[in-house]
Amino acid sequence: MKLKRIGAAIALSGLLMGMAACQTNPVNKSAAPNSEFKTRVSQSGVHSFTLSNGMKVLIKPDHRSPVVVSQVWYKVGGSYEYAGVTGVSHALEHMMFKGTKNLKAGEFSDIIAANGGSENAFTGKDYTAYFQRIASDRLELCLRNEADRMRNLQLNEAEFKKEIEVIKEERRSRTDDNPTSLTYERFNAAAFINSSYQQPIIGWMEDLDSMQLSDLSAWYQTWYAPNNATLVVAGDVDVQQVKAWAEKYFGVFKPSKIIPPKPRREVPQMGERRITVKVPAKVPYLLMGYKVPVLKTLINDEKNIDDIYALEVLAGVLDGGQSSRLTKTLVREKEIASSAGAGYDPYARQQTLFLFDGSPRDGHSVKELESAIKKQITEIQNTAPSTAELDRVKAQVMASSVYEKDSVFYQAMQLGTLETVGVGWQKKDEYLKKIQQVTPQEVQAVAKKYLIDDSLTVAILDPQPINANSPRASRTAGGRHAR
Amino acid sequence: MLDKLLVTFLTKSKKHKHPLKYVGANLFAPVLAACILFSNNAFASPEIQHWKTQNGAAVYFVPSNDLPMVDVRIVFDAGSARDTENKKALSGTALMTNGLLAEGAAGDNAQRLAEKFEAVGAAFGNGALKDMAWLSVRSLRDDKYLQPALINLKNILSFPDFNESAFKRELERLKISVKAGKQSPGNIASLRFFKELYGSHPYAQPSSGTEESLQQLKLKHLKTFYKKYYVANNAVIAIVGQLTTDEAKKVAADLVADLSAGEHAKPLPAVKALTEAKTIHIDFPSRQSTVLMGQVGMARGDADYYALYLANHAFGGSGFGSRLMEEVREKRGLAYSTYSYFSLMRAAGPFQIGLKTRNDQLDEALKIIREELNKYITNGPHKDELQDSLKNITGGFPLRIDSNKKIAEYLSVIGFYNLPLDYLDAFVGQVNAQTKVKVDDALKRRMHADKMLTVIVGSKG
Repeated sequence: MKLKRIGAAIALSGLLMGMAACQTNPVNKSAAPNSEFKTRVSQSGVHSFTLSNGMKVLIKPDHRSPVVVSQVWYKVGGSYEYAGVTGVSHALEHMMFKGTKNLKAGEFSDIIAANGGSENAFTGKDYTAYFQRIASDRLELCLRNEADRMRNLQLNEAEFKKEIEVIKEERRSRTDDNPTSLTYERFNAAAFINSSYQQPIIGWMEDLDSMQLSDLSAWYQTWYAPNNATLVVAGDVDVQQVKAWAEKYFGVFKPSKIIPPKPRREVPQMGERRITVKVPAKVPYLLMGYKVPVLKTLINDEKNIDDIYALEVLAGVLDGGQSSRLTKTLVREKEIASSAGAGYDPYARQQTLFLFDGSPRDGHSVKELESAIKKQITEIQNTAPSTAELDRVKAQVMASSVYEKDSVFYQAMQLGTLETVGVGWQKKDEYLKKIQQVTPQEVQAVAKKYLIDDSLTVAILDPQPINANSPRASRTAGGRHAR
Repeated sequence: MLDKLLVTFLTKSKKHKHPLKYVGANLFAPVLAACILFSNNAFASPEIQHWKTQNGAAVYFVPSNDLPMVDVRIVFDAGSARDTENKKALSGTALMTNGLLAEGAAGDNAQRLAEKFEAVGAAFGNGALKDMAWLSVRSLRDDKYLQPALINLKNILSFPDFNESAFKRELERLKISVKAGKQSPGNIASLRFFKELYGSHPYAQPSSGTEESLQQLKLKHLKTFYKKYYVANNAVIAIVGQLTTDEAKKVAADLVADLSAGEHAKPLPAVKALTEAKTIHIDFPSRQSTVLMGQVGMARGDADYYALYLANHAFGGSGFGSRLMEEVREKRGLAYSTYSYFSLMRAAGPFQIGLKTRNDQLDEALKIIREELNKYITNGPHKDELQDSLKNITGGFPLRIDSNKKIAEYLSVIGFYNLPLDYLDAFVGQVNAQTKVKVDDALKRRMHADKMLTVIVGSKG
């Protein structure tokens, strides 16, 4: 009965900064043929190799059940888009189900369904991914047809006309008719000055209104290529067999010339930014975000890279369970908040936000809630958290590293995300050790370093009366968007 | 489907909460509530061990040795359907009772209880819906983690404080949650749908309570409710993990050792179907109109279950490829999601069709789903639709039970609704035994296009 909104904190993002895998390296014919496909096995049991056309393949065998998850991740998403075509990555994702040179619209889906599988796709800021879950003896047909639509998509005007309306309906239900989502969309747009993270993944409504099939077709030509993709297979599979199929179905494609997106690195923020969102609603809602680095932005900065893990632990101390500080203090002791949370996601391509959110209890204002959250921040800046607090965070991280093995889908998601945002899937193996090494002083230090007023953005949902004649603002969205 | 991907790399043992970045393709979510369990002859389901504790709790156990972890879930027939058994119905009682358990027990306050779980990396969960109320723990197997987590769970379950200040705090929070529900068209539609469909039946009441009922709710109501329903004879325990049978027996016996035997909750009253069609339009300033259409469906164990399950799968239960999705989304682009499902409950749960569409397309969308429903009830599924559904259900069986988490959930369902232990193994056979004749017959007898309840929330503009 905790009044937590359901959701998972994950802003996912990623840039392909000169990764070898993304280059169109011609195959070195002089090498022994097998050396191209030398598989490396990590300590976590992940087999990895690169096809000669540059496509990455990651395989995580898990033989607990006769099932498999197959995912293909492309390095493209909302943050790759520019003004006027926001939402094009997601729109293209929808159209990827609408037929190829070899299959009719919907036929791939029908094949998967007839084989007892389920399938879908999702678009984030920094990736677009397609997946199937299916009995492990049916994996081949997933790979064959996934490869087909990587290169043979047929974009059809009549299908697009209908599908863009479906997408607008998706936007209306996810964002326009949801006051907190709407607030989050406006918050992002205000927080980032020049970074493409200011754009909603689903796209602004006007951009959807004016979207053309040719926009999608250009996008497909630009980004859908083996050397811009990662295949992740997790489940009850034979590694050699998956390798053989990967080569057979994806290995035949020529690589494309992939030009990385313009940097659009966020300029320094020079003072607090603050917005109000007035829409018909019942309960006020507060969002606060501080600009913070992510693993990717510090990947070559040996001196500071451990800040990332300290920020993770900071988020845990503040909101890593029912015993953490925000719930303890704001919800239970002071009884100011009906809910209060904090979150940080280090797996993005670009600088992101360390987030706080919450709703005040009746009789308290959003302003009071904001002050109370700031007081929690000041406290941690002044006094390092206790060892016991850190131990609880670390115990949960350690336990989660076991629990997550209960889901092959989750394991595949982790690998795909890390690889696609450009930090490399191997970072997963370091995570636990790095978290265990974080000290109370380091947590205090990152709180001081990054949670500063001048890099703060605040958004407040200011509820307006709900009556039939008070239409909600029309243009908005946010999140990860699935087909 | 995607709503299940809690992709956080963070520590979160609880669900994390930005409504924000998260999003899922929720297309298939409604189906999950309804259907469960299939079977495939080629694939053996886990063997379920079953026994009762000395004081009467029914235990369902599946050993699983691949991962060093254990899931324990205890379910009581103490959902909001029981809210109305007091002389005065106070909806919200079941949810508040369940929620208060972890807000103070055996001398520890909420903070201390949470710390005890989190210090050993255990993930605690609890909740209450219409039928069930539950508590769960996921822990590492090593006794130095598992034992403290189990002791804490037992204390929460057996010695709750029902402290007045915690009660007031949680009640205030629940009131805000109820208020927040009034800014969500989907929530408004759903509450009204149940109210209209179930009339004087306990299912009519929202689990979260209403502003009025919460105004009157007192701590004493929770204590009474707890005493009556949180008893061994009213409990089902599901255990999955790295334990031997003897170890699992000890876990179960210890967990409920301090509960009184008590009695199983009484049968719920029978549900009366609507006698005529009814349409309700609630004016709301949203861009889309939310539509819920349906009728009284069936209870767990219904003789027509397999036929109607199969019928619904092809109509609106299978996502892409279903009749509704094809007509509403694929052919006309009228909605992002549309679905239908039977909720299988202790008493007859609802059959429900849902969609959201731009306000000015409402009439067209309504016309289509009504026409399709009429046609479907009259003619049944096409032969190939039926074939496709059979293939999907049969082939997809292994996906239903591919994690400890899913198996634990199934065990509690099997136990709670008294389904046979071979329910999983028998499912595919049962579905495959259905024919077009049987499906058509069940549809004609059970579905009533002329007596549908329709609730619409949106701007009439």
